[in-house]
Amino acid sequence: MLSRTADNLYWTARYVERADFLARVIDSAHRLEALPASWSGASTEWESAIATSGAAPGFYERYGDANERTVCDYLVFNPENPSSIRSCINTARSNVRAVRTALTSETWEALNTAWNELNAVDPNLSPEELSRFLEWVKGVALMFDGSARRTMLRNDAYWFLRLGGAMERADNTARILDVKYHLLLPATEIVGGGLDYFQWTTILREVSALTAYRWVYKENLKPWLVADLLILNRQMPRSMSSCYDVISRHLDLLGDLYGRRGPSQKLARGTLARLTGLRIDDVFQTGLHEFIAQFLVDHERLGVAITDQYLT
Amino acid sequence: MTPFDEMHGDSPDGIRALYGKVKLWLDQTPPETLAARRAQAELFFRRIGITFAVYGEADAAERLIPFDIIPRIISRSEWGLLERGLKQRVQTLNAFLSDIYGSQECLKAGILPPELIFSNPQYRLEMAGMPAPHGVWVHIAGVDIVRTGERAFHVLEDNARTPSGVSYMLENREVMMRLAPELFASHHVAPVETYTDALLATLRSVAPRGAEGEPTLVLLTPGRYNSAFYEHSFLADKLGIELVEGSDLFVRDDRVYMRTTDGPQRVDVIYRRLDDDFIDPLVFNPDSMLGVAGLMSAYAAGNVTLANAVGTGVSDDKAVYSYMPDLVRFYTGDEPILQNVETWRCREAPALSYVLDHLPELVVKEVGGSGGYGMLIGPTASKAEIAEFRTKLIHAPEQFIAQPTLALSTCPTFVEQGVAPRHVDLRPFVLTGADAVRITPGGLSRVALREGSLVVNSSQGGGTKDTWVLDD
Repeated sequence: MLSRTADNLYWTARYVERADFLARVIDSAHRLEALPASWSGASTEWESAIATSGAAPGFYERYGDANERTVCDYLVFNPENPSSIRSCINTARSNVRAVRTALTSETWEALNTAWNELNAVDPNLSPEELSRFLEWVKGVALMFDGSARRTMLRNDAYWFLRLGGAMERADNTARILDVKYHLLLPATEIVGGGLDYFQWTTILREVSALTAYRWVYKENLKPWLVADLLILNRQMPRSMSSCYDVISRHLDLLGDLYGRRGPSQKLARGTLARLTGLRIDDVFQTGLHEFIAQFLVDHERLGVAITDQYLT
Repeated sequence: MTPFDEMHGDSPDGIRALYGKVKLWLDQTPPETLAARRAQAELFFRRIGITFAVYGEADAAERLIPFDIIPRIISRSEWGLLERGLKQRVQTLNAFLSDIYGSQECLKAGILPPELIFSNPQYRLEMAGMPAPHGVWVHIAGVDIVRTGERAFHVLEDNARTPSGVSYMLENREVMMRLAPELFASHHVAPVETYTDALLATLRSVAPRGAEGEPTLVLLTPGRYNSAFYEHSFLADKLGIELVEGSDLFVRDDRVYMRTTDGPQRVDVIYRRLDDDFIDPLVFNPDSMLGVAGLMSAYAAGNVTLANAVGTGVSDDKAVYSYMPDLVRFYTGDEPILQNVETWRCREAPALSYVLDHLPELVVKEVGGSGGYGMLIGPTASKAEIAEFRTKLIHAPEQFIAQPTLALSTCPTFVEQGVAPRHVDLRPFVLTGADAVRITPGGLSRVALREGSLVVNSSQGGGTKDTWVLDD
């Protein structure tokens, strides 16, 4: 497969995943904001949304203040933000258009239809319309993933899509933790809910894991268990551990297909092994923040290795 | 002059037997149904992304070519005539190119003036003395044919560079079969889907003689901003070959490789949809970002085949066109089966003075132009446009030819006013390999949707029709 094709597929999957993630972040911030002030405490949900999205530097260059209007403007429709939902879908569609022969018609049509529909959306959405729009974005990601899964040959094209999706997911989950780690430190537990309770549910919503939490732990919300779910739990498809399982598996498939493994396989395996041998207590012992920071450095290094090995 | 109508023949009340069942279908199908089906077709094209770009239109980055749901029908015997004529025509193009980049017999014999070749910007001196692999220069030709009567077919243009439109021939048939299956049940239409196999066989047959095993073919595109990008990706997909951009290829030791996730892979045949000027910055336009440095030296070393070869533009030049009947006789020894359209070469003083005297009734074209750009259609032009062309003609007569305004045949077409006759042309695709010439029955029919208009180019608002070859 052409390196450029692989690059386009990998980044398409990343952009679709990112659009889905942004929709969840905005949706969660909305829910938090809708709570009475006595429940939600000082309202920092929009600052937090911007920080989580990773778009803070560009945002604060353009807006003085993070509130619903400015954040939604920047994260949803702003064409100057290369990671706004609109830009993500545009870029993903433009990427696959350049390599559409590598996709099945169903997978291409999922994105092309989304792009056509997006072009018809008036950016001045009422809150109700915005919420419907965010649902639509999640639907696009489901449709894209689903059609890829249901129709594509299990070959390198499919594996690069899955790899890109998992790389972006791991990055997104780690970024949530990077911004909100302080909420999950055991010392901040307040029995009986209140402010932090809603912060924790927000985190879980951002990775669509609120129900999953209860099924897995059969317990009330405990911050260290939230951290466990997001970092180590292999059943949870957005946990860092689960993402690395996918990353490592698909890199191995590629390595086998091409008959050789390289730095990316080695790095992915290393991270996966570290996550596998870990208990959440160990993570807190070394410091949650330090742990996440190190993870992000390693993750970035893996991204560079994949690019060097396959995408250029 | 009333044009020949392909459904009604020469009399408005008549129906040619070929169109009997389509006429019945049109009479029985209410306009609302036709409109609904046309809307379905558009939705289908939009959804699968069959679009093209019109240069110079900022807001219409991706547009649809309108599709007309009334098929255009050609009889088997008419097609037989076209097929023989096209074969002869394209054989002549290939012989002519071998000749002018070789021993130049046609110039020695005085068939056409040498300056027409040597001062032609499409003549590539770099190719002189370099025979094309297997003697084939024009592997893919899209010859534009116009019809003026029952048996009167003329060649309007020989497109021998990178002709486009074949994806519409294939997709129009797909759409038509979905929208009007009842018509296919009552007609036995010659299939067009064999084009893909024919193209694959053609490209394989011209692989360099040294290629090991199954040759690796690629389609080279200028990229996603090119107006025909959809077609490039469509064809690469159908052919099952990689769609590459210049940056995906590189040359080492006069061999061409593509960059893959599995390391460099050798390339044997390049179906290139990139113009000569951009193909190799070391030989042609040095500013080209789209080409491959060193490609021409790999070609010269016989390690890669380019389809079409470089330098074919000199053969579809409109001044050279006017000599095609003589060239057919010179190279094949036979009379031309397909006629040219009468052409005045403005480079010749008597022709120029005739053209200047008759501008309002003539069509004037730039010799190197294509796509309907840079032409004057006398009967519909404004005084100012005619005056502008007069100045151009006097200033650089050798840049122009003129032709009579032809009464192009018309076909019933579904337009806003209902079903009405509109002018059409036909672009069949002629494939020439080392082993055979292959022509898929049918081609792309383009239709001028505006009443009375003779310009069928998609860049000028033309539409397309599915084209059927039926037994008589």
